[in-house]
Amino acid sequence: MARNPQLNSHGGLRHLLSIEGLPREIVVAILDTAEPFTEVAEREVKKLPLLRGKSVFNLFFENSTRTRTTFEIAAKRLSADVINLNVSTSSTAKGETLLDTVDNLVAMQADMFVVRHASSGAPYLIAQHLEATRRPNVHVVNAGDGRHAHPTQGLLDMYTIRHYKRDFTQLTVAVVGDILHSRVARSQIHALTTLGVPEVRAIAPKTLLPSEVERLGVRVFHDMREGLRGVDVVMMLRLQNERMTGSLLPSPQEYFKFFGLTEDKLALAKPDAIVLHPGPMNRGVEIDSAVADGGQAVILPQVTFGIAVRMAVMSMLAHG
Amino acid sequence: MELPEAERLIEQLVAQMRPAISADTALVGIHTGGAWLAERLHAELRIAAPLGNIDVAFYRDDLSGRGLHAKARRSDIPFEVEGRPVVIVDDVVYTGRTTRAALNELFDYGRPARVDLAVLVDRGGRELPIDARYCAHRLAQPLAPNRNLRLERDADGAFSLRLIDTR
Repeated sequence: MARNPQLNSHGGLRHLLSIEGLPREIVVAILDTAEPFTEVAEREVKKLPLLRGKSVFNLFFENSTRTRTTFEIAAKRLSADVINLNVSTSSTAKGETLLDTVDNLVAMQADMFVVRHASSGAPYLIAQHLEATRRPNVHVVNAGDGRHAHPTQGLLDMYTIRHYKRDFTQLTVAVVGDILHSRVARSQIHALTTLGVPEVRAIAPKTLLPSEVERLGVRVFHDMREGLRGVDVVMMLRLQNERMTGSLLPSPQEYFKFFGLTEDKLALAKPDAIVLHPGPMNRGVEIDSAVADGGQAVILPQVTFGIAVRMAVMSMLAHG
Repeated sequence: MELPEAERLIEQLVAQMRPAISADTALVGIHTGGAWLAERLHAELRIAAPLGNIDVAFYRDDLSGRGLHAKARRSDIPFEVEGRPVVIVDDVVYTGRTTRAALNELFDYGRPARVDLAVLVDRGGRELPIDARYCAHRLAQPLAPNRNLRLERDADGAFSLRLIDTR
């Protein structure tokens, strides 16, 4: 495998596995490529021929509605054939290994895999296997692996921030909530630092922060009010109840009191600050409905931009 | 080779197009030279419909060889295509593949009543059954494939043609 498994020999995008390790130029190229794709949704025929004749396999080993749907829409707007594998009811349940599944789908002329897996590194394993079996024209997109990375979410968040704020190098951005369990947070932090955001803040209770989180280049705050002061962008995370083991939190009500985004806490940020959330939201836990539905929230535009960003990633993979 | 003066060619093109323009005719310029030319024609011909622009980057038939350009422009068709006569504008027509890509893209917005092509120069070398209804200048001899003929626009908005050897 080449030194950077995500890039081909010409420095183009070969797989999208994580934002960590992606050169800044590639991240910017993805955002730039996504720009004209936002217009396709306004056409009579919402299709471009960029992936015509290609087969995209959505391999979701873990549940997801929004991510799978937006990948499916993105691939279909590029004219690809999309095959959704409901993995929990497929051969994996009968004992087939991940790589056997991949080999079988490659034998069915798969051109691209969109992979969501509960284990960190599963998409890397597939990419490595495709390299080892000399399948240079089959590409992998990580749609979320364990606690590791969710690069297209990080990229669509960057697209959203750029859309409203233009210049990354003047911003203070806060990532708030369950950073410990969040692959989204990791992708966001890597993307923000790659794009030159001078101050990234991590706001969370001690129990929901990974050890040595400062090494990612963030300033840590345990007091949300202090952390939100003067920020341009508030990136809320979902409280991942399903990933929690043991008693990391007293109760959702207690969490909301200290780390839920309410209008009075948001008032400490800059007046034109925007609020992002990757969804699905736990209203009344990490975010108050008044904020989620308020004028500073850009949560629904995030979803729309997510389609254009996923179109950009898939076209860049297919056309190197 | 002596190149004709672009500003003179534009005058001729305007004269050719004027009698055929109807009240609902719309112009669509192909990025970039065609878009500049379309802007000028739109003003000279006093076209009522807003000006359209197309970047055919996503519709090219040679993507696998050339790859995707990161800086593709957003196509902008600010009028109802359905049932309307449309003139696609480009600076130079060569193989016809760009025109083919523009036609495909245009039809994704609706079914136009008719589509014509307007160009300043036909350089020969067509590889598709495409012809420019409005054309200010046809080269007597087709240009060799390694020569690139294109429109340029200076800071004052004045046009000129430029011939570049690509090898």
